[in-house]
Amino acid sequence: MTMPAPPMGLIAELTHRCPLQCAYCSNPLRMDAPKSELSTDDWKHVLDQAARIGILQVHFSGGEPMARRDLPELIAHAAGAGLYTNVITSGVLLSDAAMDGLMAAGVDHVQLSFQDVDPQKADHDGGYRGGHARKLEAARRIRDSGLPLTANFVIHKRNIARVAAMIALGEALGAERMEIAHTQYYGWALLNRDALLPSREQLDFATAVVEAARARLKGRIAIDYVVPDYHAARPKACMGGWGNRFINISPSGKALPCHAAETLPGFTFPSVKEASLAEIWLGSDAFNRFRGTGWMPETCRSCDRREIDWGGCRCQALALAGDAAQTDPACHRAPDHHRIEEAVAKAAASEALELVPRRMQ
Amino acid sequence: MGAVSDVPAFRRGVKFRFDSVRDSWVLLAPEKLFMPDDIAVEILKLVDGERAIKAIVDDLATRFDAPRGEIEADVIATLDDLSARGAIQL
Ligand code: SF4
Ligand code: SF4
Repeated sequence: MTMPAPPMGLIAELTHRCPLQCAYCSNPLRMDAPKSELSTDDWKHVLDQAARIGILQVHFSGGEPMARRDLPELIAHAAGAGLYTNVITSGVLLSDAAMDGLMAAGVDHVQLSFQDVDPQKADHDGGYRGGHARKLEAARRIRDSGLPLTANFVIHKRNIARVAAMIALGEALGAERMEIAHTQYYGWALLNRDALLPSREQLDFATAVVEAARARLKGRIAIDYVVPDYHAARPKACMGGWGNRFINISPSGKALPCHAAETLPGFTFPSVKEASLAEIWLGSDAFNRFRGTGWMPETCRSCDRREIDWGGCRCQALALAGDAAQTDPACHRAPDHHRIEEAVAKAAASEALELVPRRMQ
Repeated sequence: MGAVSDVPAFRRGVKFRFDSVRDSWVLLAPEKLFMPDDIAVEILKLVDGERAIKAIVDDLATRFDAPRGEIEADVIATLDDLSARGAIQL
């Protein structure tokens, strides 16, 4: 095997704490307790190593990264090490003072997520009264400070009918980029799948709206559109390939090839408290296990897309096919593809289901 | 389509810098990054929010041994592509 190229991005999940309770959250059902979180110094050490091994961008996420008081300090540290800094936030904690703190730290970009365009529905689905209004304020603060804004909408069958209004809101807020992302079914979202997964018709409707908006806004607002695996003929290249582009660090310091990887049995994920990032990237079993194409089942190994989608998502293979080393059932060539079709049919048959809100146990 | 009179600039939140680990130039943008090829690197080095496309083409034409029309087509295609992907504004 050739030496893996340096990683591009670090996803720093600073905490699993979050004031919101989105039922589509992809955080694991068993979240890291606040007292297990890495310290400020631990994170600084991680950021220094990240820059040294070639990471270019750091994405501060969570949970809600702004729930950590040391976020500005960590941003400043990352910027000092030459890293491009991105904050992925729900925005409800983004007060004037917090915005000043991010700016003083030298943040490069903020991604702000919305639950819906209808304030009542948004607050209901986020489980946070007044949250939507706060997000609108946060968007204004981000723009007033001169930063670029990405408005992110996670869509599912409860809000998909309003996708055109979401794009209009992004435009009105002066977003530079938008993400219209279909829910990815991990963690809490997988638990709530029947209440969230849209039908084929709903998906086609949303896709048509996004395509039209893209053409209209070309060169002004870039719209990234993430389709749900369940309706795609081919799986996504999860994380751009296992151990290929990203390192995800959990709040307690586990280094993961993808944020859902902790669901995989038979793995010991290395901790940044015990090993260096370079050792983890190059030498750990966890990062090497599904790296490249050598681990692949015959279905993928004989397929000319094997270095395009890397066999899809390992966590989805486990969740749906019962074996992480199988072809992702989202692929139409996968032996277990029928499970995807069954899940779609099941979700279509379950109309008004209540959601299980994301909560710490 | 970019015109020769357009003045390209990096959009907010976009950084073009040299990465010493990879020994190459990288274009860092909100939740995206690009590894520009050698031609794009030469073009992007001249993007400063003041020079128009015409001036960029003039500059490259003095240094590279290629017909001006070809250089102009390359510059416009590269910048158009990066504009559609949200990294450059024209
Ligand atoms: S998806 Fe919702 S609950 Fe999960 S981290 Fe984001 S804002 Fe919090
Ligand atoms: S068979 Fe494997 S490599 Fe080919 S498209 Fe399906 S998941 Fe991708």
